[in-house]
Amino acid sequence: MNKLLVSPSPHIHSKTSTRSLMLDVVIALLPSVIVSILFYGWSAVTILASSVIFCVLLEYLITRYLLRRPNTIGDWSAVVTGIILALNLPSTAPWWVAMIGAVVAIGVAKMTFGGLGQNVFNPAITGRVFLLISFPAIMTTWGGAKGFIGGVDAVSGATPLGIVKEGLAQGMTLDQIFDLNNFSYAQMLFVNIGGSAGEISALAVIAGFIYLLARKVIRPYITLSVLLTVAVFSGIFWLIDPSQYTDPLFNLLTGGVLLGSVFMATDYVTSPMSDKGGIIFGIGIGLITMLIRYFGSYPEGMSFAILIMNSTVPLINKFCKQKKFGRA
Amino acid sequence: MGKMQLITKGFVKENPTFSLLLGMCPTLATTTSAINGLSMGLATLFVLVLSNMAISATAPYIPDKVRIPAYIVIIAAFVTILQLVMQAFTPDIYQTLGLFIPLIVVNCIVLGRAEAFANKNGVVDSACDGLGIGIGFTFALTLLGIVREMLGSGSAFGFKFISGDGILVFVLAPGAFLALAYLIVIFRKLTAAKGE
Repeated sequence: MNKLLVSPSPHIHSKTSTRSLMLDVVIALLPSVIVSILFYGWSAVTILASSVIFCVLLEYLITRYLLRRPNTIGDWSAVVTGIILALNLPSTAPWWVAMIGAVVAIGVAKMTFGGLGQNVFNPAITGRVFLLISFPAIMTTWGGAKGFIGGVDAVSGATPLGIVKEGLAQGMTLDQIFDLNNFSYAQMLFVNIGGSAGEISALAVIAGFIYLLARKVIRPYITLSVLLTVAVFSGIFWLIDPSQYTDPLFNLLTGGVLLGSVFMATDYVTSPMSDKGGIIFGIGIGLITMLIRYFGSYPEGMSFAILIMNSTVPLINKFCKQKKFGRA
Repeated sequence: MGKMQLITKGFVKENPTFSLLLGMCPTLATTTSAINGLSMGLATLFVLVLSNMAISATAPYIPDKVRIPAYIVIIAAFVTILQLVMQAFTPDIYQTLGLFIPLIVVNCIVLGRAEAFANKNGVVDSACDGLGIGIGFTFALTLLGIVREMLGSGSAFGFKFISGDGILVFVLAPGAFLALAYLIVIFRKLTAAKGE
């Protein structure tokens, strides 16, 4: 054999592949998954398992029988979508809700547009929003945390954001609402708040974020600009009237802000390519989230904000082009 | 083109909803249930046939420069007749469809057929054309209504076959877009298979 191998450049390959990146995301999601299983028990396992299984199965069936292409389940992106979708559902949701969510996430949001890399909207978020609008009762009945309201095991209750919204509508001030429900920031940081499986522990999400940054899977700009915008926006309103507007720390620790900004806003396919674009994207998400929280009819706006900003990504990409290498 | 062909072409080849994508506003807004879709389709069919006939009969006498306003006046006259008739005999459906009955005046299918077909062809041909396009529109709206009602409230033509609610989003506006998009995909797939 000829030992001299002639091949066109590039000669040095990075070991990074879609599969290795997705595996890193799965590892980063593990703390949240473990916390939600520890906290919600078998119901969380059921939701996680059904969501992941249906997502992968659907992607296989669609690529095999509808599109007749080589199947793409080996890149693990369907698994990531499945886990994120499950973390966005209340653990009390029945398995068929996860199945419908998987149909919308994989079938409608991902494969209709041509599969991974061509989808305009984040699949998991699309699935969640579809479910939220379709089954409002199921999607807002949360398996409450242990001792969350009244000291009974696993009471169903609203999320802190929902409780605040309802209390404000009844004319209570924030201090009264906080006293009545025994909210504390330590609870929110660790595990003790009601919400979707992935919302209950801020710390687990932050651990995932640090892992993703350390492995250089994502860059911090989008996440940080979302968090900063939420903090600044709520800070301004909180300083104006602390009895009507929740404070920045409360807004950062409750709801889907952390989960969304770390795992969903940073999705490669549906976020802008440049860092500058990412910052604009993040500011938009933070702003829309807070506008919905303070003035909208839903208590939480993170998923809507991400979807709305997803649709602006082509425009942002157009105006934030990176300079071509080698040109002034 | 034979009379029969004029009628059948509106069904598949020039289906106003699935092929031409005309009249999207009533299509998306009134198809929350099969009954609503069907009655909206029939209302449009009525106006379409009569306005097509009237316009093809009067077209030689209308100056070219003012033809669009003249068509609108003719169409509006038939819509007013329809509106009063529906108010008198089917008050329930009239209530449900509400604003979308008077809006048939500006329905681009009706004006489109007047402009593209009725002013160049005879009265009988125009009636056949209106009938064909109208049936195609009615068929599309009813189908969309059935799909949305089945998924959204678990019933068809008002008969419940599951207890409780369906997937609520299909009764709302986003569901209309989703259902329509997938129906168009299926329609295109079927017609492409037939080589049309």
